[in-house]
Amino acid sequence: MTDQALVVFDGVAKRFGNFVAVEKLNLEIRKGEFLAIMGSSGCGKTTTLRMLAGLEAPSEGEIRLDGKRINDLPTWNRDTPMVWQSLALFPFLTVRENVEFSLRMRGADKAARRRRVDKWLERMQITEFADRNVAHLSGGQRQRVALARSLVTEPQILLLDEPLSALDAHLKVRMQSVLSNLQRELGITFVYVTHSQSEAFSMADRVVIMSRGRIEQIGNPQEIYRAPRTKFVAEFLGSSNIFAGEVSNVSEAAVKISTPAGEFDVVPNAAKPLSKGNKATFVVSDDRLHLSNRPPEDRLNRLQASVVGEEFVGATAVIHLEGAERIEIKVQKSHDELEQLNLEPGAQVWVSWRPDATHILPGE
Amino acid sequence: MNSFNSNRLIDWALKLYVLLSFGFIFAPIAASFVFSFNVDRFPSLPLGGFSMIWYEAVWADPLIWEGLRNTLIAGVVVSALATAIGFGAAYTDFRYKFFGKSVYMALALLPPTIPVVILGLAMLAFLSNISLSGAIYSVIIAHVVMCAPFAMAICRLRLSQMDPSLEAAAWNLGASEWMAMRHVIIPFCKPAIFAALFITMAVSFDEFAVAWFVSGLNETLPVKVLGFLQGQVSPRINVIGTFVFIASMTLVVLAQILLMRRSGTPATTSAAAPADIGVVTP
Repeated sequence: MTDQALVVFDGVAKRFGNFVAVEKLNLEIRKGEFLAIMGSSGCGKTTTLRMLAGLEAPSEGEIRLDGKRINDLPTWNRDTPMVWQSLALFPFLTVRENVEFSLRMRGADKAARRRRVDKWLERMQITEFADRNVAHLSGGQRQRVALARSLVTEPQILLLDEPLSALDAHLKVRMQSVLSNLQRELGITFVYVTHSQSEAFSMADRVVIMSRGRIEQIGNPQEIYRAPRTKFVAEFLGSSNIFAGEVSNVSEAAVKISTPAGEFDVVPNAAKPLSKGNKATFVVSDDRLHLSNRPPEDRLNRLQASVVGEEFVGATAVIHLEGAERIEIKVQKSHDELEQLNLEPGAQVWVSWRPDATHILPGE
Repeated sequence: MNSFNSNRLIDWALKLYVLLSFGFIFAPIAASFVFSFNVDRFPSLPLGGFSMIWYEAVWADPLIWEGLRNTLIAGVVVSALATAIGFGAAYTDFRYKFFGKSVYMALALLPPTIPVVILGLAMLAFLSNISLSGAIYSVIIAHVVMCAPFAMAICRLRLSQMDPSLEAAAWNLGASEWMAMRHVIIPFCKPAIFAALFITMAVSFDEFAVAWFVSGLNETLPVKVLGFLQGQVSPRINVIGTFVFIASMTLVVLAQILLMRRSGTPATTSAAAPADIGVVTP
């Protein structure tokens, strides 16, 4: 992977009437990277992808592919193939004809077409279905046809719009590994739009999180998971407890933040210098909280809360608690650990965590 | 056991009902068919004996041949024009959003709802005003106006079964708008386009009232039939009726077969087609 930018979004905005789908987007997509754009529906991720594909024209700003402005280049002259959520295979064509489509549209001669199609049928392991109608294939096979159809021109970038959303869980995981292997072997850029955290985090080199037409955070999966930038990202990832308050004391080692749930020691974040009186928000991941029936040690952050209920997740369970001022807290624990505790709904328990388990949100 | 019996009773009653309905509809046609082979001058029972004389009489009548020729020319030209216009209107509806679209759609679907006498009279007034009445192309113009909405309804139904990203996928794979039309939209709509050709031909083939108003001396077959009826009751009417019935039914049945065939679309979407088309068939 090189760090050279293949695609640049330079102040790109997209409005539909009064609705702002994408707001002043600045984004560089590097050559050969697997970039996931993630967000809930309506966050502008699909619009961003469609602008790159040439299916929507930006209202403002410039999109550059390989250094050239492509704003006004129609999609059929771009070679930015897309794998659609519905796959959009042509139902009246066979597998071979589907894969051949873009070569035929671009006027490749018959022999070259045949060679290229054979290669990609082989590569996606769908040669045996070549003459079958696409309607008679399984979900996974159709997925492979869609990939072959998009990759047959050997483009430098592939756009994917939630292509796995229609598959069952098992097949989804298998296709994820097919996709990441494919991307690594081909060395081309993948831009993958999804609302699924597990898809984005398991495949992507970098993840872009969008909300209401804006980028909330860009980074590799670990970075985003460990150090969310904003409250939105922390909430979107879903496993964090969020505390907002005001800085009451600052020392070398720790910042004291006073929140409605109590006063807590937090490790300082270099990205967010704080002084007394500043507003600050910090998060603690739900697996880093401890529960006990007896009061914990003084050096730990602690609060008392009452049990609301337990959610079975599988190997672990999530305990939902309510602290002072109706603050919601969730704690993830193994079943073994939970058996030691009295967790009847309404029971009072102590929640504690180490100051270094906290993360101050730099974007708040 | 009781419920089993009563279910069977309802079953039989419904079957009988369907049978009676079909009998009611088809008995006159069947009678016409039978009497066309009857030697007697007047349709009465008992039958006088099998004969082809009325067929021979029709065969030998140059006026009928002329009417048939006009009908066929009009039918073929009308079906081609009406289907082209109908497909264009359906695609416009599918592809574009624009101001006044609901008005456009309402106008496009209006002609079949106008009583044919009024439509015929209006056509005659309009066409004679611009000196286009009384010729074969007058019938063609009038019938295209009547038939295009049927063609549009059929094509629209087919387009509504299409994955909306299919066309954009074609563009994305290097097809210009015209190429996508040729390689994706038209192949996808092919069964509907053929069905529309057959249905519009059938509508034109046995349409009488409007043709009567505008055809002048270039009468189509149904108009000729009225001429016969006014002069004399001849079993030749039965012969022509049988012929027109078989021709129209063949076209309609062909259209139904085309619309019912899966033609590679997902099974879930094609089921709606025949029922909906049933409403618009004449």
